[in-house]
Amino acid sequence: MEAINNLISQGAVQDVLFWVFAALTLICAILVIANPFSRSPVTSAMFLVLTIISMAGLFVLLHAFFLAAVQILVYAGAVMVLFLFVIMLLDLKEEQRRKIKLFGLVTGLIAVGGIVSVFLKALASAGNGTDAPKLEGETYALGKLLFTQYTLPFEIVSVLLLVAMVGVILLSKRKLE
Amino acid sequence: MKHELFPWLILFLPLISVAVITLFTLRSKMVSSLISIGAVSASFILTVLFIAANGFHPEVPGDVLNWNWLSIDQLNVDFGLKVDALSLMMTLVVTGVGGLIHIYSYGYMHDDRSLSRFFAKLSLFTFSMLGIVLANNFLMMFIFWELVGISSYLLIGFWFEKPSAGDAAKKAFITNRLGDFGFLFGILMVWGLLHSLNFSELQSGVAAGTVTLGASATIAGLLIFCGAMGKSAQFPLHVWLPDAMEGPTPVSALIHAATMVAAGVYMLCRSLFLFDHGALQVIAYIGGFTSLLAALMAMQQNDIKRIIAYSTLSQLGYMVMVVGLNGPTPAMFHLTTHAFFKALLFLSAGSVIMGMHHEQDIWQMGNLRKKMPITFWTFLIGSLALCGVPPFSGFYSKDSILAQAIDQHNYLLFGIATFVAALTTFYTFRLFFVVFLGKEKSKAAAHAHESPFVMTGPLMVLAVFSVIGGFIGITNNFESQFAHEHESLTMMQQLLEPFHKPIPMCLGLGAVAIGFFAAMSIYKDAETDPLPARLGGLSKAMANRFYFDELYEATVIRLHDFIAAVFDWIDRWILEGGCIGLIRGGTDFTGRALRLMQTGNLQTYAFLFVLGVAVLLYFVL
Amino acid sequence: MQVGLHHYLTVSILLFSLGLLGVIMRRNLLVIYMSLELMLNAANLALVSFSRFNDKLDGQVLVFFIITVAAAEVAVGLALIVALYRKRQSAHVEDLTSMKL
Repeated sequence: MEAINNLISQGAVQDVLFWVFAALTLICAILVIANPFSRSPVTSAMFLVLTIISMAGLFVLLHAFFLAAVQILVYAGAVMVLFLFVIMLLDLKEEQRRKIKLFGLVTGLIAVGGIVSVFLKALASAGNGTDAPKLEGETYALGKLLFTQYTLPFEIVSVLLLVAMVGVILLSKRKLE
Repeated sequence: MKHELFPWLILFLPLISVAVITLFTLRSKMVSSLISIGAVSASFILTVLFIAANGFHPEVPGDVLNWNWLSIDQLNVDFGLKVDALSLMMTLVVTGVGGLIHIYSYGYMHDDRSLSRFFAKLSLFTFSMLGIVLANNFLMMFIFWELVGISSYLLIGFWFEKPSAGDAAKKAFITNRLGDFGFLFGILMVWGLLHSLNFSELQSGVAAGTVTLGASATIAGLLIFCGAMGKSAQFPLHVWLPDAMEGPTPVSALIHAATMVAAGVYMLCRSLFLFDHGALQVIAYIGGFTSLLAALMAMQQNDIKRIIAYSTLSQLGYMVMVVGLNGPTPAMFHLTTHAFFKALLFLSAGSVIMGMHHEQDIWQMGNLRKKMPITFWTFLIGSLALCGVPPFSGFYSKDSILAQAIDQHNYLLFGIATFVAALTTFYTFRLFFVVFLGKEKSKAAAHAHESPFVMTGPLMVLAVFSVIGGFIGITNNFESQFAHEHESLTMMQQLLEPFHKPIPMCLGLGAVAIGFFAAMSIYKDAETDPLPARLGGLSKAMANRFYFDELYEATVIRLHDFIAAVFDWIDRWILEGGCIGLIRGGTDFTGRALRLMQTGNLQTYAFLFVLGVAVLLYFVL
Repeated sequence: MQVGLHHYLTVSILLFSLGLLGVIMRRNLLVIYMSLELMLNAANLALVSFSRFNDKLDGQVLVFFIITVAAAEVAVGLALIVALYRKRQSAHVEDLTSMKL
């Protein structure tokens, strides 16, 4: 027990959890875009849910509790349900059989290689930040920040949601009159 | 100086008339012609008032007549007017004779549906001509020189629906361009060597010896003479003038007899101080040769207007010759009297043509004396003045030319001039006998009728001046311009002036008599022209104008066509095919290559977009 | 080895690359859309870790906004896909060539 407490206080547990969640996130992400067993969008969607949940775990490790909650509620909950609804709605059987083309693979790898090399270059030159983060009780602080400094963007985003809602209704109508 | 602004008004009234006619009154022939006639008449009256108030040598104060138009580094060009005896006399001729021709035109062109356009062009011409006359520097003169060229082009081509009129207009314009090209080079040389274009500055500078053309004087002089060669239709650029008779007859009278073709002579007199002996010699011989050539050509023409046109050429040759003999006074004197009697002849010819219902062949006419008495008398007066019968004006001016040749001891040119005088009388009276005497040679001649007063009126006024022009003091004015010291002659002295130098007078009169009797003996009652039978090939050559047009056709125009073909090839294959083709082909190829990028495939776009972002980030980070 | 900013950023980069690969490679519009979500999440992860290791909350606020906007975007985008499918009977990018003239 003493040893476990020791490990926790040294952050060893968090480190282990980071590796677990990071691996989970990446594996699930790979399965989203290329699943060797099933090409069905439904499978992809389900793995995307897993990815998002493990991302929420990473958020918790980063002490972003509120965002972790939002991530699960909004993404894994609302957004993914919407995805699944649409997949069901479209009934995409035929699409499953098409193969990934070599051209797509090559261009994709070139693009990814290009952008990743740039990112890595940036990463190498970036500092590591502070080693001992001090932020605690973020949710309270976040809320305060959101409703003081970021009130205007917050309101604008609410308007954006309204606009999106109207737009979706308009687009989904079978016929525009 | 009183009436300081009058010269500006004189110059710009016709321009205002052009503007008003073209902008507002094109619909109304009556109003347009009244405006145009009014403008030129007003200019004439203002000129007379100005001269009455200031005399022929006004003291010009300060900058009233000068406006600095453009000033670049050393180049200072004024838009200014020069008023002295030379320009004022010329203004009188242009506005006076021009005004009469304007009035005559109203009668002659009455039925033309484009009468307004005609009067607008006439006014434009008057404006340009006054600009040449009043200009106080070479550049301004050149600008108006070109304006005169364009108005001449417009007027010759007035009946542009006739292909021959269009061709004649083009020919006149292009031939003039050749001369003007030389003129422009001459002006550039003057500016380059003398650093001024202003006549007064140049003249005082040359007189004081502060500036000099030096060794290039002859070249510069000849280049400037090129301009006169074009405008005054001197050999070898004489070919356009006879063709210009395609224009309406008043135009022939105004432009191609009285004023525009005189512009060359006027310009030579204006810039006489620039010419050295060598240049003047060339000018004199070209003038003499032209007068002889044109007189010979005139002998075998059958078109009434063409005969007078060649006679104009010949008389212009006289003027140029005497300028070359260092006699600006006789030249301007003859220019003035010539303006009177040649305008008279042209307008009378116009009256004949109208009476004959637009028949111009003299062998279709005959016995018009009875049918058109006023025209008969005015034509006779014009002919007598042209031949130089005393006491008509032509006698005095021609005699002064012959006397100048004797004074300069140039007996070759004197001989040519005397011979030309005989030829002049011969072809003039050939025309006269065939047209007005003898029998009617066609039905039209039998039914000819006299012209209305609006046409005969100007004829009579011009006839009066053709008679008295020789002794009303015209020489005095020019003499006061060109000679350092001169005495004003009374009218009686002027009447008797030729008798001081009996040799040229007697020889000249003898030539006239020979010409007259030759013409009378051959053409008194001729039904057809007997000369071709007697002269054979020579007559044919004369009738065909010594094949100058054919010669130019074979040489100049062929050469031009060849050069044009070469440039056409260069344009087509090197510029068009090579340069433009390469650029076009390159663009086309690039476009085709880039078109492949536009696949319409969303993911290709995403790929390219990401690559772009990567490149951008690479440079930003 | 202590887990630091670099580790999180590496995960973020890898996640982003996977998303990008999906966008370019996959032909199904819906999967492409999901890959887009992956990329957004990668950005979110980077932002949150920046916020954490720089002691500033603004990053998290930004993530909050991104999630909101992403929700709106997904709603509109999916509606578009549905409308497109109705018109073309296909949710396959190769069938959408109206951008080619």
